[in-house]
Amino acid sequence: MSESGPVGALESAPATSGPPPAALVGVSKRFGATQALADVSLDLLPGEIHGLVGENGAGKSTVVKVLAGIHQPDSGAVVLDGAPALLHGPAHARSLGIAVVHQEPRLFPDLTVAENVFMGHTPTGGFGSINWREMRRSANRIFESLSVHIDSTAIVRGLSMADQQLIEIAKALSIEARVLVLDEPTASLSAHEVDRLFAIVRQTRDSGVAVLFVSHRLEEVFELCDRATVLRDGRHIITAPTSQLTAGDLVRYMVGRAVSLFPRSTARIGDMLLDVRGLTRVGAFRDITFSVRAGEIVGLAGLVGAGRTEVARVLFGLDRADAGEVLFDGKRVSFHSPSAALRAGIAYIPEDRHLDGLVAGFSIAENVTLPILPRLFPRLFIHTSRERGLAQGYVERLRIRSTGTDELVEALSGGNQQKVVIAKWLATNPRVLILDEPTRGVDIGAKVEVHRIISELAASGLGIVLISSDLPEVLAMSDRIMVLHEGRISAEIPRAEASEERVMFAATGQFAEDTSGVE
Amino acid sequence: MSSNVAVGISARRRAGALIGGFTRSRELTLAAVVIVLSALVATQAPNFLSLDNLQPVTTVAAIVAIAAVGEALVILTKNIDLSVESTIGIVAFVVGLILKDQALPVPAAWAVGIGLGLVLGMSNGVIVTVFRVPSIVATLGTLSIFRGLCFLVASGKEINLNDLPDGYTNAASQGFFGVPLFVILAVAIVAVAALVLRYTVVGRLFYAVGSNADAAATIGVRSRLTVFLAFALSGMLAGIAGVLWGINYGAIYANSASGQSLAVIAAVVVGGVSIAGGSGTVVGAALGALFLGLINNALLLLLLPQEWLQMIYGAVILFAVSTDALIQMRTQRAKARSRIR
Repeated sequence: MSESGPVGALESAPATSGPPPAALVGVSKRFGATQALADVSLDLLPGEIHGLVGENGAGKSTVVKVLAGIHQPDSGAVVLDGAPALLHGPAHARSLGIAVVHQEPRLFPDLTVAENVFMGHTPTGGFGSINWREMRRSANRIFESLSVHIDSTAIVRGLSMADQQLIEIAKALSIEARVLVLDEPTASLSAHEVDRLFAIVRQTRDSGVAVLFVSHRLEEVFELCDRATVLRDGRHIITAPTSQLTAGDLVRYMVGRAVSLFPRSTARIGDMLLDVRGLTRVGAFRDITFSVRAGEIVGLAGLVGAGRTEVARVLFGLDRADAGEVLFDGKRVSFHSPSAALRAGIAYIPEDRHLDGLVAGFSIAENVTLPILPRLFPRLFIHTSRERGLAQGYVERLRIRSTGTDELVEALSGGNQQKVVIAKWLATNPRVLILDEPTRGVDIGAKVEVHRIISELAASGLGIVLISSDLPEVLAMSDRIMVLHEGRISAEIPRAEASEERVMFAATGQFAEDTSGVE
Repeated sequence: MSSNVAVGISARRRAGALIGGFTRSRELTLAAVVIVLSALVATQAPNFLSLDNLQPVTTVAAIVAIAAVGEALVILTKNIDLSVESTIGIVAFVVGLILKDQALPVPAAWAVGIGLGLVLGMSNGVIVTVFRVPSIVATLGTLSIFRGLCFLVASGKEINLNDLPDGYTNAASQGFFGVPLFVILAVAIVAVAALVLRYTVVGRLFYAVGSNADAAATIGVRSRLTVFLAFALSGMLAGIAGVLWGINYGAIYANSASGQSLAVIAAVVVGGVSIAGGSGTVVGAALGALFLGLINNALLLLLLPQEWLQMIYGAVILFAVSTDALIQMRTQRAKARSRIR
């Protein structure tokens, strides 16, 4: 399908009187090296649910945060009722009638439901004292209008995620919002709770509120939204009525990112190292089966929350599996702690942003040797020269740019910090290395470097599990791609057959119905 | 052009390293401040620098410094030990009681005292690491419990000089070439602790646990064991301080050393150990003890109005710590700038 057709459909948007209550006009936003949004425009109309879809990192969250007043655009503007508005902060955005329900409820767990609903604009009586009765009554009125039963005097801690989500919505409605932004509100809800939420969202729309519904579940977008906008790499790709789109269209608009080329030399695939069979952890993932051979890079693709990190945590002994088995080197293993996994030869590099995985006040050398310190120096005393020598080897091998192994890691750039993290885990001499989003948040130069390192590690005979939300990265690096969707493997795609569309279809759960149509 | 840029970068790097080196040798700064301050005070109160004045002052500072080494270990792991003063008090009293009853020879009595300190520290460690009570709450409890134990043991009695062996308190005033014995002992303890922290695996783990407990946990560092060890050592060092306390004062009451926990913690903090854990040295903590001891003494000698002393003492602590925070912030900004280039 060409892009001109659906773009032209913009004009068939519901007719409205007057300018839209909220719109983004040519908004750009940059974070360091990352262009999060580039010239994005979209309008939210009263009485309409507008879907916002895109891959992880496409810029959906940034749109939400610009509307919420958390981020100010570098250029372009938020336009309210036709007039450009400068949102100074979340409180200002709320006061202008923009209510945002964030992905994870942001409530005060030790306060009551009513206090949370009215936080920031508590009804007051004489001398500014809180009018508790009025507050409870108003909260009850809102819950009644939503036909839900939540005790407004209950303490929030201990309420279900769904109830907390509803409190967020009540909070939004308590300010008589004209614009309601929902950021992936269904991520932690059951099917029944999703139905109830949708009913409330429709009811809100019918009362004339403009709704922005951010989701990566395509079926929800089609079920709920009147129009949808697709973002890709921070750019606006298309806005069209959902009635004129198919799931296949959306997936094609979502993918197709510019592929930067990484050096990937295919290694000789060797013996079976890791064999995962029917691994299940209740509430996280089910029946995960895959294997990793020496020299092989297995990509774990999927959307955020699909269960990839959870699988890695079980393999590394941070969590326990409820069912299934893991064979390492042909022997059945079950790690009760990360140290046990490390001793066996499995290392897991968690998703790290900057210093999370490092000790800030330590030098490069001190960080690199930390996991193996007792093993390296069994007589308790640290030989600094040996320590530095070992670190120096990694500094050279991974090309960590620094003034020396004595430099504090906090003085390094993000990309070089990430390399120190990799060096730290390599020092444990693993045979299987699990990398979780190894290039998130690093600039393109460092990214290519990290890819080179991964590629060389595989060539040296390591088995590698690469968890990444970066589709081109997974496609370019992996020998095989396992796609997870809602805790299950929805596809296993060999390198030769892998395409962004196939991975995206599987990741959004559209695999079964739509593949035949794509080819 | 590009070489100019390179020169600029390396110059800035060097400047950054210089500032970094300056703050890292917080110990040097503190030592310099102590010297300058002493010189200033000496011009107003000439007897400040006399041996007759300095010997008792540094002897008391040495006792605080030994306890501060233990406290520093605990604070490095992102915990705090409020109970040190009660440990010092009960150890001093128990040792005195043993000697009064002539139940054990002197060295054995000391060993019992230090062992008691170790046991009390270990119980703190168990409460914090096994029962998972936040250390500030746990040691607030044991601060009272250990003191209560001391009252129980004392049952209204007190230990006087007459109860102790002849010449028992002489050690407090002895020294080599004018350096008090306690100061030499404190220097030795500080040196050993500093070497352990710098050059052993265990020492490294103290910093790792306090700086980033999550990162430490994912690599299998046994952080609870490390925290337990810190509390045990803190108790043992407080035990040593308690033994010295008894030797120094000769008269021991059930409420001896009351209020010393705050002096010990102040020394650690003034010495540049981050209350947030993960950074600082025991040398700094010991110098902090010396600094505060000298300040206290100087305030007395300067014949300032009595009612002002407490406030000035507090202001000095705030000034020392906030200046440090300011320098830290500056260097971090300088580093950030040099990173962005």
